[in-house]
Amino acid sequence: MKTSFAEPVLQGPGPLVPHVYRVVDRRRETEDVVTLFLEPVEDPGFSFRAGQFNMLTAFGVGEVAISISSAPGVQGPIEHTVRDVGAVTHALCRAAVGTAVGVRGPFGTDWGVEELVDEDAVVVAGGIGLAPLRGAVTHLVDNMARPAAARRPGSRTHEPGRGRGARVVLLVGARSPDQVVFSEDIERWREAGAEVETTVDLADRSWAGHVGVVTTLVASQQLDPARTTALICGPEVMMRFTARSLLEKGIDPDRIRVSLERNMQCGTGLCGHCQLGPLLLCRDGPVVTFGGVVSHLLSERER
Amino acid sequence: MPESIADLVAEHPLLAGLPGDVAALVAGCARNVAIGAGDLLLSEGDEADTLYMLRRGRVALEVRRPGHGALVIETLGPGQVVGWSWLFPPYSWQFDARATEPVGALSVDAACLRAKAEADPAFGYELMKRLASVILDRLQAARVRLLDLYGEGSREGDDRGPRGRETLAR
Repeated sequence: MKTSFAEPVLQGPGPLVPHVYRVVDRRRETEDVVTLFLEPVEDPGFSFRAGQFNMLTAFGVGEVAISISSAPGVQGPIEHTVRDVGAVTHALCRAAVGTAVGVRGPFGTDWGVEELVDEDAVVVAGGIGLAPLRGAVTHLVDNMARPAAARRPGSRTHEPGRGRGARVVLLVGARSPDQVVFSEDIERWREAGAEVETTVDLADRSWAGHVGVVTTLVASQQLDPARTTALICGPEVMMRFTARSLLEKGIDPDRIRVSLERNMQCGTGLCGHCQLGPLLLCRDGPVVTFGGVVSHLLSERER
Repeated sequence: MPESIADLVAEHPLLAGLPGDVAALVAGCARNVAIGAGDLLLSEGDEADTLYMLRRGRVALEVRRPGHGALVIETLGPGQVVGWSWLFPPYSWQFDARATEPVGALSVDAACLRAKAEADPAFGYELMKRLASVILDRLQAARVRLLDLYGEGSREGDDRGPRGRETLAR
């Protein structure tokens, strides 16, 4: 995981001035979640790594940090998936095709999936938490050597020269079936060989997935702690419980990565609004290792 | 060679690690059953007379809603158990349990199991500890679900700004 916050500082008008992008397409994911497809109006765009975020401006309303939900290195518009929870996200969710949107970034740390060569990955997403993970899962699935269907459980033999002989386990939790985002991607990843399980809190009989908390899906997985790295994104309580389930499976806390957020404002580690303990999350996060200070910070009692 | 019922019982996580003679006690009350997709394992209000130890397939616990479709409140899979209303009077199922795909399970006669547990308190205590652990796990999972883990706005960060949070407090 590397930071890239320094990079934009050296380019253009500076890191605090948004570039103008335009909404070229939009897709409604759920009742209150929209994905915006953005293209630069003038500047050549930027490169990013999966897990990083941008500051998006709804002009005349305000600015908000939103993770990039498309995969790095792909031609075409970059995607941001926004839930309508406040004034800025409301304006962004309503932005029609053609609307100008300000973009600053990319900021922060990434999931570091390029390091996970020849390792198993277990990816746990809660609700819209799948958005910041989408590029990472795409990378992991594209770099799997063979589909899981061709392997027998327990015989994950790696064949040298054939790339990753590794598993990608994707566990997705949502409140209800209509709250599951990126269903088409989930199906594509499944067909490509990822071991995908989805679970919701409540459903009717038409739902083919699980019903129960996502932590119980973790408990039912056969994982090899020596070669498994976990990526978790969702509400903090969900990440804490999920991390706990993974620790019970024997996964080292230093092999568990979570995506945290606080009130990101400048994106460059200067203003201090996003401080969490010793971390400035816009710079040291959003992706951090669960081990050490983070596990304590996440379970701290508010005084 | 097909495995004996005692082997299948001993392999199930509910009884994992117990001495063979304990597994044999349970096996004496158990048979291996196959349940077709869509069939009921338990039916609300019926006499609770069976402990199912799932080996294959998936089971949905359902609540009936007259005039609406059934609501699925939990799904259970291999290695898990279904049914504990047989533990205490009035021995009556509280929910429906339906196989959502072909299910293979050990079906344990509850009256037989209770009798053995009464007769052999050491066995009974061990069995009760194992079941209590399962029930505790399910209770904890239900509590976590009460948190509305992925609920609206609980991930304020995809609205990382203060405005989003103000709205959340609304």
